[in-house]
Amino acid sequence: MSNSTADTRVGGGGLRPLQILQRAISSGYLVFALTILYVLAVWPFVPEILSRTNLVAILLQVIPLFIAAMGLMLVLMVAQIDLSATSIMALSCVVGASIITAQGGYMAGSPMATIVAIVVILAIGIAFGLLNGFCTAYMEMPSFLVTLTTMMFFSGAAIWYTALHTASGSSIGSLPGSFVQLGYGGIFGIPYAGIAAVLIGLGTHFLLTGTVFGRWIVAVGFNPRAALVSGIPVRRVIVWTFVISGICSAIAGIIYTARLEAGMPILGQRILLDIIGATVIGGVSLFGGTGRVLGVFFGVLFLSVVDNGLQLMGLSLSSVFAIKGSVILFAALLDVLRHKMVARS
Amino acid sequence: MSDVLLSVRNLNKGFFGVQVLKDVSFDVQKGHVLGLLGENGSGKSTTMNLVGGILQRDSGTIELAGAGIAPQNARDAQALGIAFIHQELSLFQNLSVEENIFLDHFPLRAGPLPLIDRRALRRKATEALALVGLETAPSTPVSRLPQGERQLVEIAKALTREAKLIIFDEPTTSLTAPESKRLFEIIERLRSQGMSIIYISHILGDVMRLCDDIVVLRDGQVIATEPVAQTSIERIVSQMVGRSIDNLFPERDKHCDASRSALSLRGVSQPGIVRDISFDLHPGEVLGISGLMGSGRSELARIIFGLDPYAAGEISVNGRRLRAGSPRTAMDAGIAFLTEDRRGEGLVMEASIAENILLPSLPKQASGFMSYLKPAHVTALAREMSEKVHVRAASIDRTAVRALSGGNQQKVVIGKWLLTAPQVFILDEPTRGIDVGAKYEVYKIINQLVANGAAVLMISSEIEELIGMADRIMVMSRGEPRGFFDRENFDREALMRAALWD
Repeated sequence: MSNSTADTRVGGGGLRPLQILQRAISSGYLVFALTILYVLAVWPFVPEILSRTNLVAILLQVIPLFIAAMGLMLVLMVAQIDLSATSIMALSCVVGASIITAQGGYMAGSPMATIVAIVVILAIGIAFGLLNGFCTAYMEMPSFLVTLTTMMFFSGAAIWYTALHTASGSSIGSLPGSFVQLGYGGIFGIPYAGIAAVLIGLGTHFLLTGTVFGRWIVAVGFNPRAALVSGIPVRRVIVWTFVISGICSAIAGIIYTARLEAGMPILGQRILLDIIGATVIGGVSLFGGTGRVLGVFFGVLFLSVVDNGLQLMGLSLSSVFAIKGSVILFAALLDVLRHKMVARS
Repeated sequence: MSDVLLSVRNLNKGFFGVQVLKDVSFDVQKGHVLGLLGENGSGKSTTMNLVGGILQRDSGTIELAGAGIAPQNARDAQALGIAFIHQELSLFQNLSVEENIFLDHFPLRAGPLPLIDRRALRRKATEALALVGLETAPSTPVSRLPQGERQLVEIAKALTREAKLIIFDEPTTSLTAPESKRLFEIIERLRSQGMSIIYISHILGDVMRLCDDIVVLRDGQVIATEPVAQTSIERIVSQMVGRSIDNLFPERDKHCDASRSALSLRGVSQPGIVRDISFDLHPGEVLGISGLMGSGRSELARIIFGLDPYAAGEISVNGRRLRAGSPRTAMDAGIAFLTEDRRGEGLVMEASIAENILLPSLPKQASGFMSYLKPAHVTALAREMSEKVHVRAASIDRTAVRALSGGNQQKVVIGKWLLTAPQVFILDEPTRGIDVGAKYEVYKIINQLVANGAAVLMISSEIEELIGMADRIMVMSRGEPRGFFDRENFDREALMRAALWD
């Protein structure tokens, strides 16, 4: 009975402090507000945080993280997880680098090399996404286990592949300029990577809000059984989200690799937590069903700004990690609170 | 009176400024069964949640055996001797029967350590099970018990806590007829031992048979407090809905076109589930399927809709063979399926009314699954459908279906399938757990469907409902058809006999 009374409830009137808190927790702009608060709080100590160079640095840091987070968001929205995102980055990119490297690359010097490398990197992203998705959706294995193991497998494979192609074994360098410019280059002062991020962000937003697939993702995330009975190809939807996650990881990998000017087998090992953390901070529920592109953008921005501020203050890498860890834990707590509030109303 | 056990006086309760209960007062006599009746949303559950300590009242008094009580939570209420047996049972399926019964008051061994005395546990559990006539070994995992026996375990659990008052909320919704019968025997025995019982149910026939007194609630107010002997089903129904419903089932002309077959089954079998099912469902016909739970009726529905596989036989829709194993294929052939598990399978509870209504028909609204859906267009479609099936809600795109009453939720499920324009509509327990008014509306929608030439396969545990609605009834037992009855030959007894035929 208490259920049926809930829909007659009206907001408005005077808000009590608890209600204000609840509104704030469920607001989409909470994280953005926190970002600004944080900047204001550290600004007296490190005024250079608002310098033009630093703001550009933050934005450049945000771009690949945001692209990878878009893919993970879709996976989380169907109540799965992709821990292998960064390993897909690493493996696809060392393979890509081995094609174009001047030091004995398969297509070294060819004008088509960079295009082929990009296609191969994306293809590997798709293939590994398919593998993750197939194991999760059709073999009915928990995605946590599947992607934890594929993460280890892809990482190991990336190191092995690098060792096979170089004497040093640590990275595949000497990448051609046409590839390297994908990292920081651009047209009319707008970096290519930034254009890619905006397109992917808008595309994902459109996908979620405007297409059948978007509605399917939400339905599968909230209730896969009801989705199945409604004729939704639940398994195909899950596979698709993993494939998109693989593609996003590959694109983020291209950007990182171009910036590093080398294919690194340990690429992205440290940013897995950032990707997961940013999506959760951005309001994507680990329980599935909810997620917004703008929210994830705010999450990525917040985490990057926090990271940047802590580094400017000269904190050691280990303290930065500890603080970021607690921030993400706090975000997960907010997710639980939000979930409870929805369940209660 | 000295033999009043529970006395509720002027209970008020509001949520967010909306008054849900207004001066609710009633008494429960010692050794009596009180039927608490009302439509969904009338305040039954809120009242019981106040008595059971799950909610706190705004004002009013509750006295138990003459002493005022104010349980702050379910545990308090239990300690006071009030047991609440919910519609959805709260047993742990992975634990054994005895562990469930004694979960929060395990008998302990003497000594400083909190060690469970397994022997005492077994003995006490056996005693408790004997009280409810359950002959299952106490060590059986609850997951292996049928639904009806699980309920008995709940009752045994209440008895071990020395409950003085047991509240049953819709106890028979998931029980088969013999299980319900056994439950009623136990309730009668408890009553004869001086236990008081509050019985909440939509099935008025049961209430008339079982209860001593009834209280009817409507819009949070007590409309009637009467001994059962002085009332009738018709009278209760009119008290519940505030008007009189002369006929529980709306009239329908015969539309059945026996020359054609909308859905045809030939020897459909799946080992251990169903055997050799053959029938033709004609356009404009309502074919009822009767049978006990576990008779294979819901399983058959799932097979037809492609959710479960079948080993042999053939299913055709409008003369075309239906490929097995895919709900999408079944839907494309024009089949719709309302499941018996509304919350688990029928609806995405967190999503809005519009999202739910649109879910199965989304692909029809776009050229591909990645192509654009016009938001205004699809919302308008959902709004039109939700008005057509009379969903009552503040907003169709902001109200989550979780916030709706059972009847409104069911209308959302029906709406979502109507939007696919089905030719064959399989309804599995379409009126389970919804109130009289909503039931009537569901029946009207069914009549409209068949008037437009659709075929309906209607599964129900309520024989009266099938007798009232169906053109023909197939009775199932142990996965096999036990006979077909035409409208002229509908007879409650004969149908029951066929269902129980072993």
